[in-house]
Amino acid sequence: MNAAIFDKLQILAEAAKYDVSCASSGTTRKNTAKTIGSASGWGICHSFTEDGRCVSLLKIMLTNYCKYDCAYCVNRVSNDVPRATFSVSEIVELTIEYYRRNYIEGLFLSSGVVRNADYTMERMIAVAKDLRTIHKYNGYIHLKAIPGASPELMLQAGLYADRLSVNIEIPSEESLKLIAPQKDYQSVLQPMGYIHQRFIESKEEKKKYRYVQPYSPAGQSTQMVIGASPENDRQILHLASFLYQQPSLKRVYYSGYVPVNLSDARLPALTAPPLVRENRLYQADWLMRFYQFNVDEIVNEQYPDLDLELDPKLAYALRHPELFPIDVNTADYEMILRIPGIGVKSAKLIVTSRRYGRLSLEHLKKMGVVTKRAKYFITCHELPILTVNELKPENLRHLFIGNKQGEKGNHSQLQLLFS
Amino acid sequence: MNTITSLSFTYDGTIDGIFSCVFEAFDKKQFPQQIFKQEVAMLFTQNYHVVTDEQKANRVIAGLKKRISKSALQMLFICWLSEMEGIEMLLFNYICKSFRSPVSIELNFADSDVLELSKIYKKVTREAERMRQFVRFQKTADEFYFAAINPLYNVLPMVADHFEDRFADQQWVIYDIKRNYALYYNLKKTEMIYIDDIKIDFQTGKLHRDVLSEDELYFQVGWRQYLHSISIKERKNLRQQRQFMPKRFWKYLTEKQN
Repeated sequence: MNAAIFDKLQILAEAAKYDVSCASSGTTRKNTAKTIGSASGWGICHSFTEDGRCVSLLKIMLTNYCKYDCAYCVNRVSNDVPRATFSVSEIVELTIEYYRRNYIEGLFLSSGVVRNADYTMERMIAVAKDLRTIHKYNGYIHLKAIPGASPELMLQAGLYADRLSVNIEIPSEESLKLIAPQKDYQSVLQPMGYIHQRFIESKEEKKKYRYVQPYSPAGQSTQMVIGASPENDRQILHLASFLYQQPSLKRVYYSGYVPVNLSDARLPALTAPPLVRENRLYQADWLMRFYQFNVDEIVNEQYPDLDLELDPKLAYALRHPELFPIDVNTADYEMILRIPGIGVKSAKLIVTSRRYGRLSLEHLKKMGVVTKRAKYFITCHELPILTVNELKPENLRHLFIGNKQGEKGNHSQLQLLFS
Repeated sequence: MNTITSLSFTYDGTIDGIFSCVFEAFDKKQFPQQIFKQEVAMLFTQNYHVVTDEQKANRVIAGLKKRISKSALQMLFICWLSEMEGIEMLLFNYICKSFRSPVSIELNFADSDVLELSKIYKKVTREAERMRQFVRFQKTADEFYFAAINPLYNVLPMVADHFEDRFADQQWVIYDIKRNYALYYNLKKTEMIYIDDIKIDFQTGKLHRDVLSEDELYFQVGWRQYLHSISIKERKNLRQQRQFMPKRFWKYLTEKQN
């Protein structure tokens, strides 16, 4: 063991940290051959960093040398930062050793682009291939696909990795051209399309044949940087909603822009990353994925940006008081999901429990349903209390914003992000 | 004057003992207000000691299988691992209610016993998940992977399968500091063992430096530095970190030591 490997580990972890994805969910792989590793459905967070993010995967870069000069990126060629490059065997060893100590669920490998896309991609694939074939490793592997890599390499990458990702980074093409002149949307959307197609094909083949080597079984994900370019929330969420139409796309990550390159005039001078906005975007994302909301219900021409002071579901409810109050004893599951403060778990609890008898507010509280916000939007088995219609939406709005405790409650949504 | 105020059962502290209590109660048509482990003797209560009988317990389990789902039955066993005070009576009531109800009660969360047990179930499974998250193995010179941890509930049996599946080609030991037993996987199967004089620092769960493998400390230091590097300083949120990773585990976590 060469001690210098740990110096590189520091440099290349530092370089990889702005990639927010750390999910290890989506695949279940049993360890059948008595070798090392398994992947377990939901993914496990093994540690949490001081910024509160889940550490599930060993998130590192193969190298932080890069030929591109993207304004938002800490590793751009014009930056004066310490550079390092791992050899394939070094990453393999680190992954295996940390995995055996139960520090991690697997590897998330990304890389700066050296020489050309194919050269970089090839070396990343070599890591995954070594892990899978030589070490018989069954843990999780997430590979970043390098835009512009050839289809043959993209095919191979998907056979060894559980998940592939290509980052969109900048939510509109005009801004991308300004901020990262060497990149274009085509080079991002093309590999995404390729991954999607192979993913679907391998699912189809699985129906016909007994054994098919799955292609990127945990699908793909992508990331958008928020606040580095002038797009509004409507543009961002529409793009996300468009991407989610592809079943292979499991997650869109929103990464509040951390001003890493202060001197660049093309970027806004932020004093702090837009964390609240990022949180609201994730909440809106959750509404689209788990609460059966349509993107136009969350943001539209009249409301192009999310309300920073209210969570998007509450904001929606206050814009549509005519839908409320909802009777928890009779309403459909979809409508119960629309009650502010009631999440998927609570909604399911309500729907199953009400078969045994009518539910009262007291029952809901006992079950652990958060009624602080919900109580203004529901009726249950008792005398009606004041609802949004009697109190008027604008008054409720003041009530919620003035209530710091309510803000605390919203944190629970942020926490879901990285789990 | 009759000073007897309530009926209580005593049992031997095993889960089969609880099932035996249910059997006896229905058999004798006597339902206790309290159930205690053997050693507790109460004044002013009529005491009846239930002798654990595996056959009777199995008959109760067989009856339960007809009335509640497999997962609900498993929930009862998991709640048992909580070792919480009063868990006996909750389980007893739940089982009795199941036998009396024409339909399964398992989803009726408006019932206080069902709700209470579901909460305990949640707590215990969460603690088990924390074992999967926060167990940290140290590699010894003789190629053992050792971890010490101090779970709130007796959850190691719940995670044995997970670790066995994941680390199938390495010998590992997970030691429960509070309950003084360990899971030991010998490359074939996992066993529960008692270790007499274990040479660890009970404050940190760390093995003595002499028994560690040569480069173990390199990996530990490297991991610590890695977690420092991967954190974004502009987004510091210590409250959230503590929320997800309770402080009580920190002393056993490689990355939080020194």
